[in-house]
Amino acid sequence: MPLIGVPHKRVEDPRLITGRGRYTDDVRLPGMLHAAILRSPRAHARIEAIDVAAARSAAGVVAVYTGRDIAGKVGPIPTAWLPPDSDIKATAHPALATDTVRYAGDGVALVVAESAAAARDALDLIRVSYEPLPAVVEQADAMREGAPLVHADAPGNIAFHWKAGQVSDAVFSGAEVVVRHTFRQQRLIPNPMEPRAAVAQYDRATGDLTLWATSQNPHIHRVLLSGVLGIPEHRLRVVSVDVGGGFGAKIACYPDEALTAFAAMSLGRPVKWTETRTEHFLATTHGRDMVIDVELAGRREGTLEAIRVRNIANMGAYLSTAAPGVPTILFGLIVTGAYTFEHAAVDVYGIFTNTTPTDAYRGAGRPEATYLVERMVDLFAREIGMDPIEVRRKNLVRPEAFPYPSALGLSYDSGNYQRALEQALATVDYLGLRREQAALRGHGRYIGIGCSSYVEISGLGPSEVAGAVGFQGGLWESANIRVHPSGKVTVFTGGSPHGQGEETTFAQIVADRFGIPIADVEVVHGDTARIAMGWGTYGSRTTAVGGSAIAVAADRVIDKGRKIAAHMLEAAEDDVEFAQGTYQVRGAPERSETFQAVTLQAYLAWNLPEGLEPSLEAAAYYNPSNFTFPFGTHVAVVEVDPETGDVKLLRYVAVDDCGTVINPMIAEGQVHGGIVQGIGQALWEGAIYSAEGQLLTGSLLDYPMPKARFFPTFETAFTETPAPHNPLGAKGIGETGTIAATPAIINAVVDALQPFGVGDLAMPLWPERVLQAIEAGRDGR
Amino acid sequence: MREGWEPLKITVNGVQHALSVEPRALLSEYLREELGLTGTHVGCDTSQCGACTVLLDGKAVKSCTVLAVQAEGSEVTTVEGIGSVDDLHAVQAAFWDRHGLQCGFCTPGVMMAAIGLLQERPHPTEEEIRAGLDGVICRCTGYQNIVRAVQDAAGRLAAEQDRAVGD
Repeated sequence: MPLIGVPHKRVEDPRLITGRGRYTDDVRLPGMLHAAILRSPRAHARIEAIDVAAARSAAGVVAVYTGRDIAGKVGPIPTAWLPPDSDIKATAHPALATDTVRYAGDGVALVVAESAAAARDALDLIRVSYEPLPAVVEQADAMREGAPLVHADAPGNIAFHWKAGQVSDAVFSGAEVVVRHTFRQQRLIPNPMEPRAAVAQYDRATGDLTLWATSQNPHIHRVLLSGVLGIPEHRLRVVSVDVGGGFGAKIACYPDEALTAFAAMSLGRPVKWTETRTEHFLATTHGRDMVIDVELAGRREGTLEAIRVRNIANMGAYLSTAAPGVPTILFGLIVTGAYTFEHAAVDVYGIFTNTTPTDAYRGAGRPEATYLVERMVDLFAREIGMDPIEVRRKNLVRPEAFPYPSALGLSYDSGNYQRALEQALATVDYLGLRREQAALRGHGRYIGIGCSSYVEISGLGPSEVAGAVGFQGGLWESANIRVHPSGKVTVFTGGSPHGQGEETTFAQIVADRFGIPIADVEVVHGDTARIAMGWGTYGSRTTAVGGSAIAVAADRVIDKGRKIAAHMLEAAEDDVEFAQGTYQVRGAPERSETFQAVTLQAYLAWNLPEGLEPSLEAAAYYNPSNFTFPFGTHVAVVEVDPETGDVKLLRYVAVDDCGTVINPMIAEGQVHGGIVQGIGQALWEGAIYSAEGQLLTGSLLDYPMPKARFFPTFETAFTETPAPHNPLGAKGIGETGTIAATPAIINAVVDALQPFGVGDLAMPLWPERVLQAIEAGRDGR
Repeated sequence: MREGWEPLKITVNGVQHALSVEPRALLSEYLREELGLTGTHVGCDTSQCGACTVLLDGKAVKSCTVLAVQAEGSEVTTVEGIGSVDDLHAVQAAFWDRHGLQCGFCTPGVMMAAIGLLQERPHPTEEEIRAGLDGVICRCTGYQNIVRAVQDAAGRLAAEQDRAVGD
């Protein structure tokens, strides 16, 4: 029975719905101590003195460490993405500040105590004298002459300057229509529901350190922490099996996990550290925070010609692990979206400020790029008086153009962008909605229809390209399939799912290929001691890259089995075919052996073909030849109350194409979650700093998270255009919703407010902002 | 008993416990740290997220809003107490069938909130379900399949009740 495309129930769920998952904070070890970290209350200050005497002598406290105490023992945290030719200033982040704190939340001291409460209590006993320094929060302020410097070696607070593509001024000076606009991508807080945590256990006899940690990529953490802690990589085991969401925030290597490991090594007892939610707001990476200037050139009849983008990205006080890749490669190369721009150029500045470092947040660069191009298409359509849908129809890359070479050097793999657009429009009844809109306006009611036709780069990615763009790692993925003598199977993957359900989808891939029940397949992930190497889960890569590695390894198992089966059946190898779990001589169904019988023979080795080794397992290290390019169209229908500024979501239609869908139930779930995060940015979410660098939205009391009652039922569907260059045809679905939803919503609200002359709105669309825009329009301002 | 700690008698998942606790210990901390019931998760420090929701004397309550000593003499049900893999509660079965969870971290609290909701409104509308889940935050699912799961669970519980009446 085929298992690809089947909505199989998730095999990881039984433990999770019965409370038997094992998240990092659930790990309990005998003699375990608890760590807490004192964080700077100031955004920028010189540390004059730290007095830890009272904390050290407090009840239950075992040890207190400052930056000086760990000098030479815990190295600074490095940046692992260094875009070339960008003059990057990647000052590593000290695990604890010694001289200067550079953001509110920067670590200053570590307390280890017999209980978590005792450790937290002792933080209050540490006295730190700070000499305040002027802080800078906004990227524009940071670039001004005379602005306070976050790092002395980065003049103008410029962390890096990166460019791609070229458009001559003549293209713009000679264009029939030029539209210019500035967009603000507000700062967001990732907020996976599980806070970050670490438990470290050190074996002084062997020198082995085991670190349970909330990681999206335990092997990357292993190699980075090995350097930070000076532990040989083979002595360090990182375990991240049940992880409660990440959304990019659990990619980075942070000081806190290194400090926890250091404490366990120093004290010879296990140590646990778990961030509070408030700490998450201060000490875990944030997302977005870019100011983006765009110029678009086109023709009156609707053709898009050129796009020029300048992005000023707020990197925070240090360059987090993958951060420089976000506003550069992951943003810059996709600003042309799904359209046939002839010319494109991108100019990106990464700017240091006295704020929490930013890094990947679901979509990471691609939502920001999609936002600007989808908004610009609508602004251009308004400028030339054309329906924005018509502009899309006119300019979307056509199905026969694939593989499509984009103006910025990418090769879009496959697609039928028109089909997704037309299906979404048919689902909402676009023309009917336009009639309804016109009729309702006559009654003082304002509905709006917003469209977003996106394409994204996912399935990260070809390792050669990773190297060329400065990622300090590979982006291939590993798979190891071990068939046990009974025919049961263990699959080891270097992907590290944390909610995306690959224990199920990967089991489907293997069970489908082997023709065995899903229950016979176990998927192991998130443990560097069990999996030799892997690059983890981010960039919608796990199924497209990790799943492809599994498919290749499975085919290698089948091929070895074929040699054994041919020998057993006394047939030529070429005459033996494998289908539905059975090796069979072509044209002779009575001459067959089951997968299980062949497997057993592989282990017994009583009668193997000459020269063939016993056992049945295979590894594959799959390095993709291209990125994958999921695409689709989302349509939002909203109603705006002109008296209150409230935005009500009436309908939301998503037609996504992620290539071959392995498990439609799981894929749909990814779309739902992505949409809600995208709408969250459009309507409610936004981190706000005071001018002094205090995070004013520093808890779940102040930062609005999307709730169930905010949403109607989404209408989702898939089209399937397989990726032509990987064995599954899969493209990735983890980020599409977030990428598509934000501009669809803003386009819809701006469309609703057209009678008031509203051309753009700043996100998030808090009612007072919408109301101000309406009133400004009414006053003709 | 440790100095300053208070005695506490409490029934959790049908088992009576008599331990001492720090007076400031939250019920959520007591369940996780003292009883090792780590299915109750802690996702925030301001009582917003609801991951720690349990049934306290039959009512869905955020266990981080209750001091352990306030639960003296009470009956507490956590996710570990509502069903097992071999004998799932209707809400657990519905969350599994309807893909009502992704990372699973908020799920115990969301399911306990759903049980509380269905006790008050056995046949809720979609709107009532969405409003009834206002005390919990899920960052993964977009809530749609949680809503489906609660609708499904309502049907299962009604069918269970019909069978019980039929007996």
